[in-house]
Amino acid sequence: MTLDSLQVGAKARITAVHGEGSFRRRLMELGLLPGTEVERTGQAPLGDPLSFRVRGAVLALRRSDAATIEVAA
Amino acid sequence: MSSPVVMFVGNPNTGKSTLFNALTGSLVQTSNFTGTTVGTSGADFELEGFGTVTAVDLPGTYSLAARSPEERVAIDAVLGRSKRGAPELLLVIVDAPRLERSLYLTLQLLELKVPMVVAVNLMDEARSVGRVPDTDALQRLLGVPVVPIVARSGEGLDDLSQAISAQLHNPAPVPGAPHAWSQALATDADEVGAALVGELRHLADADPDRARALGMWALLSAEDGAGELALDPAVPAAITASVRMRARQSGRDLTAEIVGERFAWIDARTPMLFRGQPDTGDTWSDRLDRVVMHPIAGLVVFTLIMSLVFQALFAWSDPLISLIDDGFSALGDVVRGPFAGTIAGDLLADGIIGGVGAILVFVPQIALLFAFLAVLEDCGYLARAAQLMDRLLRAAGLPGKAFVPLLSGFACAVPAIMATRTMPRFRDRLLTMMVVPLTSCSARLPVYALIIAAVFPPSIDGWPLPLRPTVLFAMYLFSTAVTVLAAVVLGRLILDEPPSSALIELPPYRWPHWPTVGRTVRARVGDFIREAGGIILVATIVLWGLLYFPRYEPQDVLEPAVVAAAVERGDDLAQLAQPIALERSYGGRLGKAIEPVIAPLGFDWQMGVGLIGAFAAREVFVSTMGVVYGIGDDVDEESLDLRQKIAAAKRPDGTPVYTPLVGMSLMVFFALAMQCTSTLAVLRKETGGWAWPSFIFAYMTGLAWVAAFIVYQCGIFLGFG
Repeated sequence: MTLDSLQVGAKARITAVHGEGSFRRRLMELGLLPGTEVERTGQAPLGDPLSFRVRGAVLALRRSDAATIEVAA
Repeated sequence: MSSPVVMFVGNPNTGKSTLFNALTGSLVQTSNFTGTTVGTSGADFELEGFGTVTAVDLPGTYSLAARSPEERVAIDAVLGRSKRGAPELLLVIVDAPRLERSLYLTLQLLELKVPMVVAVNLMDEARSVGRVPDTDALQRLLGVPVVPIVARSGEGLDDLSQAISAQLHNPAPVPGAPHAWSQALATDADEVGAALVGELRHLADADPDRARALGMWALLSAEDGAGELALDPAVPAAITASVRMRARQSGRDLTAEIVGERFAWIDARTPMLFRGQPDTGDTWSDRLDRVVMHPIAGLVVFTLIMSLVFQALFAWSDPLISLIDDGFSALGDVVRGPFAGTIAGDLLADGIIGGVGAILVFVPQIALLFAFLAVLEDCGYLARAAQLMDRLLRAAGLPGKAFVPLLSGFACAVPAIMATRTMPRFRDRLLTMMVVPLTSCSARLPVYALIIAAVFPPSIDGWPLPLRPTVLFAMYLFSTAVTVLAAVVLGRLILDEPPSSALIELPPYRWPHWPTVGRTVRARVGDFIREAGGIILVATIVLWGLLYFPRYEPQDVLEPAVVAAAVERGDDLAQLAQPIALERSYGGRLGKAIEPVIAPLGFDWQMGVGLIGAFAAREVFVSTMGVVYGIGDDVDEESLDLRQKIAAAKRPDGTPVYTPLVGMSLMVFFALAMQCTSTLAVLRKETGGWAWPSFIFAYMTGLAWVAAFIVYQCGIFLGFG
């Protein structure tokens, strides 16, 4: 399952970060690494980007970008 | 000897600027430090127990890895690749509630063995969520001084000053990275690092740890499959690429390894750094987010806040702007008094004092916009607004943060262009700056109002609504559509880079920190006056001179019979002569010279003079037309006299000059043309040269000509002439 399908309020652990280039590096440097716990907190009023809590911070990620991150419950 | 430099480094939203203000004092003069397009401010201040220290506030960053010029600012500054050389001390600001993430950047800095003091900020927020870092334990772990602080309240700042002062007096050796790399990574990094040492001699001073750290940095900055490493030649791109290639061929992922090993070390140690059990319940920030992010309530909140900002820029600033306008014109008349009728008097009153007024007239809007932006950013809403608008602006190739500048553009492009500074990526800033002057700013409104009232009837058959407001609304719609289209086209053609990601951090809601807000407003207003003021003043004087010289006595230009008749009636000779003097002025001659160029748009030379006058500011078109039609320059768009003169103007063949079609063509030209020297002055300042302003001037004015040509010629062809 990928991060964009995580329900609001649900938590999961990252298993892989796909995607490429500096965007993937930035995700990792923000602490989104295999094994990190992520909680879906909500989304923007227009439904995209989505927001997630990672290591105590809330981050907004587009659906398409969240789909590059694999998670397991 | 110059004073030692202390650089403030930290993640965004960690209160770095608040601490900067708290330590340096809010009245200190800030200045641009590195001279790059990404602003870095520096300030000298007196550090207790030491003396004068130069503080430099670097842009917030999550990492030192660099791909874009923006990202490079931090590494260049830390490594001392700017002219100033390496900083004497880094002040690393870490975020107590999000300690793990802040420690990632701290580790990178420690690896480079740069002297540092760590300030753990937001201790109050950490206490409120019940997860308080043990700063003594952190100090033992990192081997550098660690001070807990609350920058907003000033808690711990005395201890911090002492720690900084002690380090400056007695620099302690930096222990280096507290963590150990895996053997494979260390080998890779050393290979790249060895090549870097030669290039960064002043830094690497044969220290193997530092060379390895630079190797890690280069390996992380160059991603696979993302083209050339867009960095200095100082980075041996070939070696970096070959090391990465070798790793990939053996199934390794260097990015994940380097980042992963740092976080693995952090994650293994954080459990022992915290006292108390975290409170897992919702914070008030989470509860507020449920309203602000709600599909309906969220849009209502957004609309209310943005309406307030727009209302302030458009309406609240208006009395102040009128006051400045009227004040300077009254001041001009007073100063002119003793020198009335002389060239020096007119230059002083209309050129110089008028020019200073033309600069200061922007201050209310700049101050208001930056006050709003600073408050919205400080309290955490700006990031949420950017997240909300991301979905809409993405289609135009712009990030969500472009929304505030675009909206502000409808009031005035000058503060709007300055507001693009909130965007971290230069490509996004540039694209926004290119299209902001197309939004329908308030200076176009008087021009539209005059033309619409002069050439369009109040109503026509077949259209149920009043015609004039419809035309005005259509002009706003037109300008909005062109702005979006221009962003799409220019984004693809000129700035074809990968679209910006929407990786936005949504910080917890906080109360705005008023001293920081005040300082931002003062700094932006000062920047504008310093950097754009001179150009605006010169442009005002030049345009004044164009329409003023050469001088004629009324008797020189008027027929003797006309003079005699006027004297008999007691008419003002000077005003009677004004249109002819204007026609013969350099500006008038220029208007005639460009007539062949503007004739295909349906314009005559009088309009040409108006267009030249409009370069000082678009609304000057109205008063220039007042002079052209001999009713003086003391007119506005409401002036019935001017409207009637314009409606009655005839071509030599007796047909009216201003048909509705010509009016349309003229408004389309005004909507698209870059007729604002103040905007050009600000563009020069924000892009660091004349290249981009020249391009923007050329594309907008070219677009305006083509669009007005199409409107006029198609209109003629369809029989609307």
